[in-house]
Amino acid sequence: MEFKFTEEQEMIRDTADAFLAQTSTSAAVRSAMVTELGYDPKLWSSITQEMFWQAIHIPEQYGGMGLGYVELVAMLEQMGRYLLCSPFYSTVCLASNALLIAGTEQQKEKYLPEIVAGSTATLAYTGVKGCWDASTIDVVCKPQGSGFVLNGSYRFVPDGHSADLLVVAARVPDTQGEEGVSLFILPASTEGITRQWLPTMDQTRKQAQLEFHNVCVDGASVMQSPGCAWLLLQKIIDLATVAISADQLGGSQQTLDSTVDYLQQRVQFGRVIASYQAVKHKAADMMVKVEASRSAVYYAACIADEALQGGPLGSQLAEMASIAKTYCSDAYFYNAGTAIQLHGGVGFTAEYDIQLYFKRAKSTETFLGDGAFHRERLACTLLDGEVMA
Amino acid sequence: MKLSFSAEDERFRNEVAGWLADNLCGEFEQIRHRGGPGDEHMFVQERIAWERQLYAGGWTCVGWPQEFGGRGASIEQQVVFHEEYARAGGPGRIGHIGETLAGPTIIAFGSEEQKQRFLPGILRGEQLWCQGYSEPAAGSDLANIKTKARFCEESGQWKVSGQKVWTSLAHESQFCFVLARTDPESVGHKGLGFFLMEMDQPGIDVVPIEQLTGTSEFNEVFFDEAVCGAQDIVGEPGDGWKVAMGLLGFERGVSTLGQQMLFKNEFDEIVRLAKINGAAQNGPIRQRIADAYVGLQIMRANSMRMLSGGGSGELQKEAMIYKLYWATWHRNLGKLAMDVLGAESEIIDGEPYELTRLQSMYLFTRSDTIYGGTNQIQRNIIAERALGMPREPRG
Repeated sequence: MEFKFTEEQEMIRDTADAFLAQTSTSAAVRSAMVTELGYDPKLWSSITQEMFWQAIHIPEQYGGMGLGYVELVAMLEQMGRYLLCSPFYSTVCLASNALLIAGTEQQKEKYLPEIVAGSTATLAYTGVKGCWDASTIDVVCKPQGSGFVLNGSYRFVPDGHSADLLVVAARVPDTQGEEGVSLFILPASTEGITRQWLPTMDQTRKQAQLEFHNVCVDGASVMQSPGCAWLLLQKIIDLATVAISADQLGGSQQTLDSTVDYLQQRVQFGRVIASYQAVKHKAADMMVKVEASRSAVYYAACIADEALQGGPLGSQLAEMASIAKTYCSDAYFYNAGTAIQLHGGVGFTAEYDIQLYFKRAKSTETFLGDGAFHRERLACTLLDGEVMA
Repeated sequence: MKLSFSAEDERFRNEVAGWLADNLCGEFEQIRHRGGPGDEHMFVQERIAWERQLYAGGWTCVGWPQEFGGRGASIEQQVVFHEEYARAGGPGRIGHIGETLAGPTIIAFGSEEQKQRFLPGILRGEQLWCQGYSEPAAGSDLANIKTKARFCEESGQWKVSGQKVWTSLAHESQFCFVLARTDPESVGHKGLGFFLMEMDQPGIDVVPIEQLTGTSEFNEVFFDEAVCGAQDIVGEPGDGWKVAMGLLGFERGVSTLGQQMLFKNEFDEIVRLAKINGAAQNGPIRQRIADAYVGLQIMRANSMRMLSGGGSGELQKEAMIYKLYWATWHRNLGKLAMDVLGAESEIIDGEPYELTRLQSMYLFTRSDTIYGGTNQIQRNIIAERALGMPREPRG
């Protein structure tokens, strides 16, 4: 048992930290977040061409670095900490994972090298209803020749308006819930797709609505297990859930750090306010949440690694994803909200970055299911079986 | 990062589990799952007999170095031992204060003569120890100890006078380690001594404290010119604080995974009852049960970090949050247990005040966030030591 970062993993984390401290500054975030694209193409280019981060957990046979989920999570934590605006999450944590889990060999050989080369991609499965389980899938796929015709809407798709490639979920006509689900991969430029940016309260993470009107795909676009791909999609979502929890962990940590810095400077009644116990105890509660989030995320990352490699602990993925997401969502929101309170008046201004964390806390909390959603998911496993003696 | 134990540790696990299966039966069947926190007053004689059974199998003091009769087990093996012990329903270890506090202190700071005289009794489960730290005016402010130790030149012995409180197992123990002021003019953590004292003597009086559970695990201990041999002070007069605190630095939390196994047993019982009485279909209760499960699983991950980290003397933040985290979690679990039971939670087992296990757990968990450093003290420690915020005023 060695439940800590190896030296190499520490190096990856520290490199990400140093790079983002230079490139994802407050000014850079604020300038990227007000654009429709949502990121600086030059920064994305240095991430993909110089840092090679998009290749981190893609196997070497597809041109990737062949590292694991722990290394990925170590970087994601730093991205959350620096509020990175980029299509990294949608490309790597949604689309690459989708290819790794549900891609056919031909699809992996074709698309993973494209992602390694710098193409962006995302996953669309949520419909207008905006929930996160299988009932959300609205788009219908009807067989036509050797392919399918897709019709319907996706909403809340991360970077959906700008991604080069789309992995999409659709259902066989007249099916419900987890039945009849298929996955497809196709260029976003395919005829019949209309994409609309949805401006969001958290401007650091972009969302879009996609309308599919008689979109024709051929057999080569069909991913594994057509008609019964929900289990694969669920695994992709669980991996993505672990990844967003890591972003939340980084954000939680930063809200604590910047708050403590502020408290050490601000003087009232002749003392730095960090010396007041009412304030110290709030900061201590924030640290408890950060460290517990960290334990949850790193553990979940080890499980995700096993799930990708086919290890024995991989079967815990769904449970650990829900555990990490529940805790990190609530912790990040608590920490960001408490951080505003402890900053006092300036916490309410646009000038201080804490407001950006508060907004990212909420958007990541909602995304892929909030604490209550994941607790109910756990409750089904814990409580809906037979009574044990 | 690696979550699994080595093949060697897994073999050790099988050995522990096998021995427990062969031995924790027959006369010991009745003490399975008994004697833990909140239940420490139960089955005292049977649990003393169990200590001797453990010793016969070589399972007392597994973490002690071999030269003092221990197994010299690695951190991982100690974790495995605690896990398997809890999994098997091993009773609360009545010898735990000697094994985990008195013994390691004597090993680290004691004289040769003290080691030879005191360690074998702990190892064999023949001598029980209690801890004489807290006093009526020295709770969170532990350094405010008033109990005095005066060296009597005529008898060549220390004479100890004062009062200790919250002393678990004082009425069953043969020995007590006592923090007392050797320099009557001193204040705070200076001028203290660390004494190894025999309990069976005219100068010591033990009075049980009745708790809100109606039972008594803790005691007040009164010292009136109680004697302690000149050779039975650990270190020098004035070293007491250093000796008492020295142990904390070695604590890596090997018992935490075992503790969590006990929590898991309580959690499973709550789930079982919720399924039977239908509370499992109540939305808010479902959320709280799931939340308790989330908290428990993260506690386990946190312990694994705690056990894997450090070594280089770096501050282990995951260790600093642990007490506040588990105590708060467990207190919430107590309330959850009662809320799952609903109206039935009020009905006790019998007269005069016989509580069910869950009722007893519920009431006892109110102490979790107080003993061993209250939640408020824990927050001070986190804010000051981990976050570098200004210190509270101290005397």
